[in-house]
Amino acid sequence: MTQQILIAVLVLGAIGAFFAVVLYFVAQKFKVVEDPLIDEVAEVLPGANCGGCGKAGCRAFAEACVAQGNLEGLRCAPGGDVVMQKVASLLGCAAEAGEPQVAVVRCHPANCGENRRSNYDGLKSCAFANTVYTGENGCPFGCLGCGDCVAACQFDAIHMDAETGTPVVDEEKCTACGACAKACPRRVIELRNKGNKGRRVFVRCINKEKGAVAMKTCKNACIGCGKCAKVCPFEAITVADNVAYIDYTKCKACRKCVTECPVHAITDVNFPAPAKKPEAPKPAEEAPAANN
Amino acid sequence: MGGVHPEENKISNDAAIEVMPVPSQMVVLMNQHLGAPATPVVQKGDKVKVGQLIGEAQAFMCANVHSPVSGTVAKVEPCKDAFGLAKPAVYINVEGDEWMETIDRTPDIKRECTLEPKQIVDKLKEMGIVGLGGATFPAHIKYAIPDGKKAEYLIINAAECEPYLTSDYRVMMEHAEEVCIGVSILRKALGVPNAYIGIESNKPLAIAKMQEMSRQFEGIIVEPLKVKYPQGAEKQLINAVTGRKVPSGKLPIDVGCVVSNLGTAFAVYEAIQKNKPLIENILTVTGKKLPSQHNYVVRIGTTYNDIIKHSIGELPATTGKVISGGTMMGKAVVNLDAPTVKGNSSVLVMDEGEARRNPETACIRCGKCMHACPMGLEPYMFSSLVKNNRIEEAKEHNILDCIECGCCFFSCPANKPLTDEIRLGKNKVRAMMAAKK
Repeated sequence: MTQQILIAVLVLGAIGAFFAVVLYFVAQKFKVVEDPLIDEVAEVLPGANCGGCGKAGCRAFAEACVAQGNLEGLRCAPGGDVVMQKVASLLGCAAEAGEPQVAVVRCHPANCGENRRSNYDGLKSCAFANTVYTGENGCPFGCLGCGDCVAACQFDAIHMDAETGTPVVDEEKCTACGACAKACPRRVIELRNKGNKGRRVFVRCINKEKGAVAMKTCKNACIGCGKCAKVCPFEAITVADNVAYIDYTKCKACRKCVTECPVHAITDVNFPAPAKKPEAPKPAEEAPAANN
Repeated sequence: MGGVHPEENKISNDAAIEVMPVPSQMVVLMNQHLGAPATPVVQKGDKVKVGQLIGEAQAFMCANVHSPVSGTVAKVEPCKDAFGLAKPAVYINVEGDEWMETIDRTPDIKRECTLEPKQIVDKLKEMGIVGLGGATFPAHIKYAIPDGKKAEYLIINAAECEPYLTSDYRVMMEHAEEVCIGVSILRKALGVPNAYIGIESNKPLAIAKMQEMSRQFEGIIVEPLKVKYPQGAEKQLINAVTGRKVPSGKLPIDVGCVVSNLGTAFAVYEAIQKNKPLIENILTVTGKKLPSQHNYVVRIGTTYNDIIKHSIGELPATTGKVISGGTMMGKAVVNLDAPTVKGNSSVLVMDEGEARRNPETACIRCGKCMHACPMGLEPYMFSSLVKNNRIEEAKEHNILDCIECGCCFFSCPANKPLTDEIRLGKNKVRAMMAAKK
């Protein structure tokens, strides 16, 4: 009996020792030397793997940072300046301070309900609906309302407004990773600078149709009249293809264009409502509803 | 393999073909066919006659477009089509009804065709003939057989397996002789010994009529087919008539077959024998709740609203959807001001109750979609592959073989929009393949 136990222990022990030696040499042969810095960088990243940086995930971003040695062209939008500073100190280089951004829906939700011409009951996917027809209110450029952006958001920062059928961005949660902008087949969503105190001005329309045609589909559609471009003191507005665009790097949020726009296609958000005016201008009314 | 049996609903079967009056303004879209849009060759203020060329095919995959009316060109600018998408178009103010002198408008039937195969194909191109089965594939490309390939069978699809549609049936009942002449011309163009006309056996009158007529022509065989949707789909029809199978990713010509629709054969007769370009559609106006059922000859470019106004006055208040095509493959029209185009076969008015889709529930892996799929695919699997963006795998499982017949969605007890999901998947696969190139 003792002999049997002894044999078993010896045989298994010998096998174990043999493989230990084999594994030791294999481990030496196939050793992967990895910069410990990668782990340190990955540690400070948010770890959401949102892909907003254009890399496969946070670890891939850390690898890219370490491989490059500096942070040129690399930015973790969800982490923002805080995280980028940490990464920069680990790498021993300077971090460019980036303006915090936020996703912005450039389609006017005000009159979607009354403008509805058809009732879509096909596959709930904007990518598919975009290949089938123009959208429930007939605008070939506007939001289709099937929520591909909502599905793409990993931060729970974008939701469908049940009443208007267009998405609303939760500014607190939005990390500007850009997943929603990529998911939108019509490029309605854009990342824009958040602006001082979150105050910003943008054109809430990307309809490239001629004014008369655009107006028929939506009364808040940009008609490309160019009044905003004329009134802008900072040359931040350009009108191309019958639609105005405000360059957020130039815009100083003076809001002259907002009052000038005849179709109220330009929206300002997070500005305090004008006090003591019996007739509040339209943009102020819309600010709470817009919320992005 | 596969197939389903939807309710046939051929309620407009007995309505003889009527002529729809010409409206006062016409909008003729420049891409009414598969491929690139035709280039407008008229300008604002030009006078045009019926049958005059107004859009020229300049790209390879393109077809000529002719004026369906006489009058003055009002403008050349984009017009929104039935799905709201802007397409290049020519607007014509109708004045009188003056036809091109070359068009033979007499009721006489001309049987003899002296043209050589090459001339026939050229004339098909000149007359802007496209496949009228739905895909609107330019006929002159289909009938110009590429080098190294040989056509052995010409198959004419008269199955009309789509529910509700009766335009092909009416053509067979009223224009059997012309159809047979058209088929003979196509047979000559291809140089094949026999042409087969496949008709579903639920149309005994049409089968009898075509059989009787085909005896007077050489090499036309009428083939009664089993009743099943999609019996008229190209690959299914080839299999039913010849027993051959078109391999994945191949075309019918790779197994020696050319398939055309019955409507195309009729259009070919008019084009070759009567010099009449493709300017008219035969269209069914139908719907269970409509006061009357109709089949019309409509000038291409008449708007949906014009057709509805003339045929039934106005849409019933409970209308849910207006569909262009049948219930299985047709598309809902969102813009009734849009003009009809080549290849439209019906205006189907569906009641709110029958038009709406039922709410979707979870897949229970019952496999009904697999049994229904005439291509032997696994629709439920594509559904999850596409949802999870596993496009490469979807391609490996031959998602591109899907003919979008709608059998999977029709058979699904969970009401999953499988066909929509597969269409989306096909688009994604194509985008992926284009990106790889």
